[in-house]
Amino acid sequence: MSNGRLADNIVHFARALRRAGLRVGPAAIVDAIRAVEIAGLATRDDFYWTLHALFVSRHDQHPTFDQAFRLFWRKWGLPGAGSTADEGEDEAVEPAAPAAARRVSEALFEPSGAAAKTAEYEVDARLSVSEIEALRRRDFAQMDAREIAEAEREIDGLRLPQDRVASRRMVVGPPSGAVDARRTLRASLRAGGDLILLRHREPRMVHPPIVVLCDISGSMSTYTRVLLHFVHALGRQRRVTSFLFGTRLTNVTRELRHRDVDEALAACSEAVADWSGGTRIAAALHAFNRDWSRRVLGQGAIVLLVTDGLEREGVEDLAREMDRLHRSCRRLVWLNPLLGYEGFEAKAGGIRAMLPHVDDLRSVHSLEAVADICRGLSRAARGIDPRAWLKAA
Amino acid sequence: MTDLPTSIDATLALLRDGGYVPDRALATVLFLSLKMGRPLFLEGEAGVGKTEIAKVLADRLGRKLIRLQCYEGLDVASAVYEWNYAAQMIEIRAAEATGDIDREHLVEDVFSERFLIRRPLLQALDPDPAGPPILLIDELDRADEAFEAYLLEILADNQVTIPELGTIRADRAPIVIVTTNRTREIHDALKRRCLYHWIDYPDFARELEIVSARVPAAGERLSREVVAFVQRLRAEDLFKNPGVAETLDWAAALTELDRTALDPTTIADTLGVLLKYQDDIARIDTDRAGALLEEARADAAE
Repeated sequence: MSNGRLADNIVHFARALRRAGLRVGPAAIVDAIRAVEIAGLATRDDFYWTLHALFVSRHDQHPTFDQAFRLFWRKWGLPGAGSTADEGEDEAVEPAAPAAARRVSEALFEPSGAAAKTAEYEVDARLSVSEIEALRRRDFAQMDAREIAEAEREIDGLRLPQDRVASRRMVVGPPSGAVDARRTLRASLRAGGDLILLRHREPRMVHPPIVVLCDISGSMSTYTRVLLHFVHALGRQRRVTSFLFGTRLTNVTRELRHRDVDEALAACSEAVADWSGGTRIAAALHAFNRDWSRRVLGQGAIVLLVTDGLEREGVEDLAREMDRLHRSCRRLVWLNPLLGYEGFEAKAGGIRAMLPHVDDLRSVHSLEAVADICRGLSRAARGIDPRAWLKAA
Repeated sequence: MTDLPTSIDATLALLRDGGYVPDRALATVLFLSLKMGRPLFLEGEAGVGKTEIAKVLADRLGRKLIRLQCYEGLDVASAVYEWNYAAQMIEIRAAEATGDIDREHLVEDVFSERFLIRRPLLQALDPDPAGPPILLIDELDRADEAFEAYLLEILADNQVTIPELGTIRADRAPIVIVTTNRTREIHDALKRRCLYHWIDYPDFARELEIVSARVPAAGERLSREVVAFVQRLRAEDLFKNPGVAETLDWAAALTELDRTALDPTTIADTLGVLLKYQDDIARIDTDRAGALLEEARADAAE
């Protein structure tokens, strides 16, 4: 194959990768062609890893790349030595994750036309002031569509409190703080160097990141939509990492980053396979602890765990995973819509297993409760001790 | 000064000489990074040899290794440069004492290279007779995003701007290796300027080769069993899998204890070298360790 055709094929391959969801810019393509020239085409592996180095920038993109590479270069013919031994090895490679395979095959074999857009419509359903007052205390589960829409509008308007922790970075501070030698010297030089006027500094305050773990099983289904709205609203003000779980854990942070809330929710429902099914809280927390906790709980994160805690099996496992989670984050807040029922008692085994390991237990059944959470994120406005529920029951 | 390797095979040989056993994928990426002058961005679990590669490379190429360990709150003053305030104050005082305070002059005098304290990133831009140094930016995920943004200028243009002094540019770019443990995602803008590679745990054959190269005192049988056992352990559902560094520590520890083969009691006594979380240690009790050892022996015999 001539170099010109190879370059063309690399460009086509990069386009295929882009359609499969990888971010491949024009600069990367130019670099890739150069890199292939430098590395040579001695073996299939060298060619593979050369393109890999330029086109892949996150570990989770690897399966997509792998799949695309095999499909594409089989179709176009591998450059250089494409021996039969390579083909045999090809089959031995374990199959890529089904999601990656689907995306790749769509990217390679289907026209890249824009997906059909669903009809968009907007209903103006504003309620009067007194209706809103009543709405604030109403349980989300009892609201009709119009009221839900209103509740979502209210949630969008919620403001988070000035919940802040000291970072190790310094900013200009009051005279009570440490002396800032650099600014002091510059200030005194500006005055000709005779006077030394002390300048001070203090730690910069930052908002800690938030991690949301939201239960989307059947028993939570009436709350799910509103809660996702809440998570989306949080994400516009803070660094939020969000996960949904039913029978398995799905990271929806990127999906929820859409500015438009409806698009974000649509993307979420596409990403999640187990809407309104059963729930395995212990297994989901285990997956989180194992795969994600070290990656997202780094900077003193607050964890919001949204679930009703109705776990029937594996109560001991649940307690252990909760304990692990609690010890990995700065603050663990459990949001439980069941708390809105007047007769709530901590009797269910799952709830009793989880309670000793949370810093705070709050309700999310109504607008008022959601507003209360926003206040409750700051340490000062601490609610009742969650362990009190254990004694009461 | 040793020249840079001219092919993937030469890169492979260079690292092997230094006692580092890479797979071909890593050698390919490293070769490209050296050849294209692009930073190498290494990601992977703790203890798979990300930092080690920089050390071996510096040693083999005869270059200086400049290491910047990142941490939360790392700022320009401790990563790039700082002015020597005490010396500056004395300079001002001395100027006052002799009586010739010319303001313009004084500012120029006080903010000159003489009073500049060079931190790792600035040192990496200094010319070096042995060739451009190797700059290891270790555990970048621990620094905050603001610092990441600052790195862009250095990685893209090999230059640093000091407001009081001007722009300092390197004649020849340093070899940059960035590592992260993925405790948070690094921004795409930074990754785009680098060649990315994920280092995975090695397979049995390669890990055995690493143990033989690094802990030659361990016997053939012990090495095989240790590696097979660790490989089995990684398939268990653990909170933190043991890395290659742990395997080496364990092999060295068992050698110190004069063991020539593994047995369940020894494993139970020395498990703290491999596993660093109480949950994990509790999960691998003597019975489980015994069962794993049986499986590992079968693997090692193959």
